[in-house]
Amino acid sequence: MSETGSEPQILDARGLLCPMPVIRTGAQVDQMAHGETLEVRASDPGVLYDIPAWCRVHGHTVIESREEGDDLVVLLRIGGDDTGDD
Amino acid sequence: MSERPKAVALISGGLDSMLAAQVVKDQGVHVEGINFFTGFCVEGHTHAIRQKDKDKAKRNNALWAAEQVGIKLHIEDISQEYVRVVTNPKHGYGQNLNPCLDCKGFMVGKAREWMEARGFDFVITGEVIGQRPKSQRRETFPVVAEESGAGDRLLRPLCAKRLEPTLPERMGWVDRGQLLDFSGRSRKPQMALAEHYGFEDYSQPAGGCCFLTDETFSRKLADLWETRGTREYDLDDIMLLKLGRHLRPAPNFKLIVAREEGENHFMNGYRKRFHSVRDLDNPGPLALVQGEPGEQDLETAAAITARYGKGKTAERVRAEITPPGGEPYVTEVAPMPPAQIPEEWHV
Repeated sequence: MSETGSEPQILDARGLLCPMPVIRTGAQVDQMAHGETLEVRASDPGVLYDIPAWCRVHGHTVIESREEGDDLVVLLRIGGDDTGDD
Repeated sequence: MSERPKAVALISGGLDSMLAAQVVKDQGVHVEGINFFTGFCVEGHTHAIRQKDKDKAKRNNALWAAEQVGIKLHIEDISQEYVRVVTNPKHGYGQNLNPCLDCKGFMVGKAREWMEARGFDFVITGEVIGQRPKSQRRETFPVVAEESGAGDRLLRPLCAKRLEPTLPERMGWVDRGQLLDFSGRSRKPQMALAEHYGFEDYSQPAGGCCFLTDETFSRKLADLWETRGTREYDLDDIMLLKLGRHLRPAPNFKLIVAREEGENHFMNGYRKRFHSVRDLDNPGPLALVQGEPGEQDLETAAAITARYGKGKTAERVRAEITPPGGEPYVTEVAPMPPAQIPEEWHV
């Protein structure tokens, strides 16, 4: 269960090398509503920098990033703590 | 047009495009960045794969640049469409297989499409007259503007004062007086401007940010096309050209020998597609065999692979050969002495 109280959508980006996980994240986020959460599962360590950086420039919020076995998991919320987009 | 003009800036991750976006943003224009993934981008992939690069910062320079400027960055995958730019460039190649002029026209064209789809007003690039011998010359600037379809909605803020006024200048969306007059290959004006803005630790790749400007990579791509008999490729081809030692003992097959553990691990994922070879008795590399190798070719591949492992001085080693998607079998080979590997086998 995410902080928002609803289950996050899952994006499986394992096996993809950066920047593809970021591109897929952007495409998925485009389909989602403000306040929803997305869990990105990836294998390229670059996502631990790239997805938070992408979230910062687009006004989304990284709730947490963690390692789970071979997977790298980044959980993000669409929009910021305020309204997000300019 | 909206009250506040909107521009889309091509952001490569290098200094010039970052400065160009900042200069226009400073004038109150709403700027968003766009970055294109062609498959040939230097950053990212190889860092992710190679063990020796594990400690290097894995930042995406385009995202980093956008963050410094304070703009959104849209990363677009154009790798499929980009094939035709690489395989059939209207303006030819640069020193290697870099189709820089076609590439610039194509990317500005994609940015122009993005601009039109979203109601933006103009496109920004970090081009500077005379900065690059092939693609950034006074004579080539109109070519890019025309072939991209951007026309005079293409603004080059770093050298605008040396060019005819574009639509954003004539319409007063930007103040021409605050644009710049950089030219030539010197980086000093850019570095001074970076200091002015407080940009530090920006990326300065010596050979640009594209593998196609790299001589060794281009040689390997040319070899791929020649032996395949067609100038086509897919993303996996490009990934594998970035990795390992490439040896071609005969026209019908090529070995890709991993150089370290990270490459071993990554190349393991390709064992269902190609023959693979490894030394069973000693730590050493995995090698993939591309092409149509015969039985004797695979023995040769095994002997070469063993030469790059810890068993290179052994009299004989057991080598495991696995056909694509098939069952492995074991053979015995003598590691090939370096003197028996002709220089011309190295692609």
